[in-house]
Amino acid sequence: MIYGRHRGVIFLVLRRMRAPLAALITIFAVSVLGLTIVPGVDAQGEPARMSFFHAFYFISYTATTIGFGEVPTTFTEAQRMWVLVCIYLSVVGWAYTLGSLFALLQDKTFQDALRTERFAREVRRLSEPFYLVCGYGETGRLVTRALDHMGMRVVALEMDPAKAAELDLHGLYADVPTLVADAGQPEALRIAGLEKPQCKGIMALTNNDETNLAIAITARLLAPGLPALCRCQTTEVAANMASFGTRHIINPFEKFGEYLALALHSPSAFHLLEWLTGIAGNEVKPHRDPPRGHWVLCGYGDFGRLLARALDEEGMRVTLIDREPPPDGTRYRWVRGDGTGAPALLEADIRGACGVVACTGNDVNNLSICVTARELNPGVFVVVRQNHFGNNPLFEAFESDASVVPSRIIAHECLAILTTPLLAPFLTRLKASREDWAAALLKRLTERFDWRVPLVWSVRVNAREAPALFSLLMPAGPEVTLEALLRDHGRRDQALECEVLYISRDDGSNTLLPAGNYAVRPGDELLLVGRRPARSHLALTLENPNTLDYVLTGNDAPGGWIWQQLARRGRP
Amino acid sequence: MNLEKVVFGFFIVFAATLNFGFFVGQLDNAQHHDIYELFAAIVVNLIATVLKFGDRTQIGAIHLSTSLVADLQLLAAAAVWAWATHIAGTGLDPAYTAKVVSLSGGALFANVVSVIILIAETIMQRR
Repeated sequence: MIYGRHRGVIFLVLRRMRAPLAALITIFAVSVLGLTIVPGVDAQGEPARMSFFHAFYFISYTATTIGFGEVPTTFTEAQRMWVLVCIYLSVVGWAYTLGSLFALLQDKTFQDALRTERFAREVRRLSEPFYLVCGYGETGRLVTRALDHMGMRVVALEMDPAKAAELDLHGLYADVPTLVADAGQPEALRIAGLEKPQCKGIMALTNNDETNLAIAITARLLAPGLPALCRCQTTEVAANMASFGTRHIINPFEKFGEYLALALHSPSAFHLLEWLTGIAGNEVKPHRDPPRGHWVLCGYGDFGRLLARALDEEGMRVTLIDREPPPDGTRYRWVRGDGTGAPALLEADIRGACGVVACTGNDVNNLSICVTARELNPGVFVVVRQNHFGNNPLFEAFESDASVVPSRIIAHECLAILTTPLLAPFLTRLKASREDWAAALLKRLTERFDWRVPLVWSVRVNAREAPALFSLLMPAGPEVTLEALLRDHGRRDQALECEVLYISRDDGSNTLLPAGNYAVRPGDELLLVGRRPARSHLALTLENPNTLDYVLTGNDAPGGWIWQQLARRGRP
Repeated sequence: MNLEKVVFGFFIVFAATLNFGFFVGQLDNAQHHDIYELFAAIVVNLIATVLKFGDRTQIGAIHLSTSLVADLQLLAAAAVWAWATHIAGTGLDPAYTAKVVSLSGGALFANVVSVIILIAETIMQRR
């Protein structure tokens, strides 16, 4: 498809219609001219010729098959002879013209051009902030749905027309402009609004590392300040992306390795992380914590290597099962086999193991490993890698202790980075914290908000996001504590269903879990966790001076000017 | 030699010459202006317009716009002629003749511009 010409639909039509239109004009001209020359008679029967006006009128309604009859007077035989010619000529002319037009409308190039133009127009007209999602596969779908749920606009690029067509079926709130195109092409990204100021971020989520790399480079060069999130499966491509300054490179397997290490190291911190970064509205089930001891790992590929390292760093004993000997002369014990049968698992001492990881590239083999391992050792902790989302029912039926679904991991990570940038520093602090502290925090938060994934959002105290609070605080205003601020605007004796996790100050200092008497200052950025209504309640408090006044002082100030004057007079 | 160029040039020049042929003569004398010539001018002008469709260059755009102007003027002249002969009941009297001919004069100007552009384009290419 030629992107450079996407505005040329009208020109394409005109150019293709040149010959048929010229033919039609010629046929009309010949017919009209003939009719004015062929001898006829007037109303009195005197010889007369038809005028151009009448000839054009007659040919117009005859050629378009309307046919009013012989106007203005009955024709002579000579005129009828010529009209016969005209009728057949005009049929040929119209057939040719309409045929060309319909052929053009059916033409794939033309339809592509039309679609591209419509997409470009939709994107041009987008005046709200939007995210650019490249690749509408499983990951793209999760991200799009979550962003849509949060009220964000999305523009999608997808190579496969079938997947792109699915977008209409998914029942999203907002319309998602979609283009069937290779996102690795800069022109496609440009049409999709990469350079628009409203574009808030780009996500390269295709299942092809090369395409993701191309998107990363394009984003880096055409929109340098834009946050770019790139999925990548191999370390080489990740290094390449990092070399030109891509900030967010998401390798799902590496992420899972980190999670597993965290879960071994500090189970509560891991639960907390899972709870905070889940997709809003889902339930997180408190599951078994991975035990410490001997682990059996089946499949030593890219993912296996990362996991083995993560387990090893946590001090676990690891035994590998693979058909090939480990290439890097690793110090782990190695058993030849594929783990789907009992002998290899027994040789790897599955009976004495506390955990098994099935991470081959084949879903059926992975499930087979897990089932066999559980039969041999019912208490074993099972981690299974799910490669294709289509196999989800099988994995749900099996009930593993932890499953690795790359698309979900990437989607969670993308959403966390894009929607709440403050979450990342908080999670870093969380990972470094002590287990009992994390356990206490988890207990407190889940008792207050239950195990459903909460809404995590951030607010900055500035003129745009919190105008009322900002103008109250700005000229050395009163002290506003968190406790006083986070109250219901209907009944101020009730606290809002949310909590501040982290505050980042202008001067670079941060506070983890600020106390209730913490005084808010202009420029503070707050990371909040809570339920959906609390977010809109707080937003109203921060925006509306009257609401803020009521929340802080209990005065129910009147809104309009007249009522304000009256109220002022009433006060001493 | 390019056949497309020949046809293109032919229609542009032909449109201008026919238009001129209709236009010359005493302004209000119907004897000097043959209606068949007006008809031919309209048809050739329309075909010339269609031939200019779809050219995306700057010069192509000017070509098309001059042609559209000429079409508009000539069609207006034809409409006035039809009004005079069939509807007004006066026939082609000197007043109506002057109207028709002056409208075609405007079209002639547009056609002359078109020819000038054609010549300029040819000189520019130097091939």
